Amino acid sequence: MSEPKPKVAFYWCSSCGGCEESVVDLGADILKVVAAVDIVFWPVALDFKKKDVEAMADGSIAVTFINGAVRMSEQEEMVHLLRRKSQLIVAHGACAHLGGIPGLGNFWNKETIFRTVYHTTVSTDNPKGTEPLTKVSDAGYDLTLPEFWDTVHPLDHIIDVDYYLPGCAPHRDLIMGAVTAILEGKLPPKGAVLSPNKSCCDDCDRNDTKPEKLTIKETKRPSEILLDPKTGFLAQGVICMGPATRSGCGERCIEGNMPCRGCMGPPDQVTDQGAKFLSALASILDANDEPGIDRIVDSIVDPAGTFYRFSLPSSILKRKKMEAVR
Amino acid sequence: MSQERFEPRVVGFLCNWCSYTGADLAGTARLAYPANVRIIRVMCSGRVDPQFVLKAFREGADGVLISGCHPGDCHYQEGNYKALRRHRLLSKVLAQMGIEKERFRLEWVSASEGTKFQRVCEEFTEELRALGPLNLNGKGETSHERA
Repeated sequence: MSEPKPKVAFYWCSSCGGCEESVVDLGADILKVVAAVDIVFWPVALDFKKKDVEAMADGSIAVTFINGAVRMSEQEEMVHLLRRKSQLIVAHGACAHLGGIPGLGNFWNKETIFRTVYHTTVSTDNPKGTEPLTKVSDAGYDLTLPEFWDTVHPLDHIIDVDYYLPGCAPHRDLIMGAVTAILEGKLPPKGAVLSPNKSCCDDCDRNDTKPEKLTIKETKRPSEILLDPKTGFLAQGVICMGPATRSGCGERCIEGNMPCRGCMGPPDQVTDQGAKFLSALASILDANDEPGIDRIVDSIVDPAGTFYRFSLPSSILKRKKMEAVR
Repeated sequence: MSQERFEPRVVGFLCNWCSYTGADLAGTARLAYPANVRIIRVMCSGRVDPQFVLKAFREGADGVLISGCHPGDCHYQEGNYKALRRHRLLSKVLAQMGIEKERFRLEWVSASEGTKFQRVCEEFTEELRALGPLNLNGKGETSHERA
């Protein structure tokens, strides 16, 4: 008689599905995982229902991987349920870890997002101006939808999180490393981000081309310049988040001749990735007088959205001031 | 209550070599300046990490002042130039976050400019009083309230 296999669950909240794909991207290795565990809940791939999870004993799932940010009441309810049923919760991917791309919604609120989506975009065809409601009665049936919040949250604002798997989406080696560590019981202290604690630049081949004194006279977007495939991006005037970003991603963007966008979040020593990158970038701007500095600063399109592309909800300010959203 | 004058909370990061000494001079010269400014001594204005500024706003400051040596006078050669660049860029980011640029001020105050320090504190406090509270912790800001 063999021992029962540990139970594993996957869930998604506000995300694109790329993190689900990252599990499938394990390729042949996924067979090893499936051989070692029982998958008890995975809405994207397997037909289990919420009531199946509710019927499980508390703490009976060994580990649940949750991807996506939390921005709706239904997601809040599901992650609380899964927290109760699981011994370990892993925030899987940039959105659960930091807020991610959906976290850019924190420059807006429910009202302005609904206005754009249901009324003002060119492709909107909504003559009656209908907006989703949380409760509607129609033909004798009471229909409900989850509530949409003003603010997007990373998973750890809502429930206790044991580990973080960073990246958009996490590299397969990181996922396999996490699964192996869990199965072998060789886990780091609770709260750890399961990726090396150094900056992306430490692993970057282009670091060798860094000039003695790195300065920027004008910033350019990747679409405005023919990028040299060997020279560092900052040296070419293109914003690269590498200095304020954790390594372990496999540098796939850099290999594709695209600068780092910061999806891995900051290393442990940094609280606010955007502020830390701002600090590093500002210090290398090649001007000492206000008009000269402002000229370079004005060449940075949407600095807040660029520096906080993945981390706005987990930053110190968390969101744009509510009263200022128009 | 509504008749009471709004007293803004100001966090001031002052460099050890010029501005902190300038503030000290204001004190020894018995120059009165508003008690709204809470002073934090740092070794250089270039030491002020933008995270410090954001944390001050997050925790209830209505304004943040950074003050350092005049251009060319930095004890560490160019720390104040770094402070200036960070101030310009961070001001733009703060505006995107809905925090008025007027709430984040950079001033050069030398060790002999006690009166300038007094004037800066008075001006900044009055400007913030006119702007009103930052109110960063209003409805829906920190928790997942359904608004």
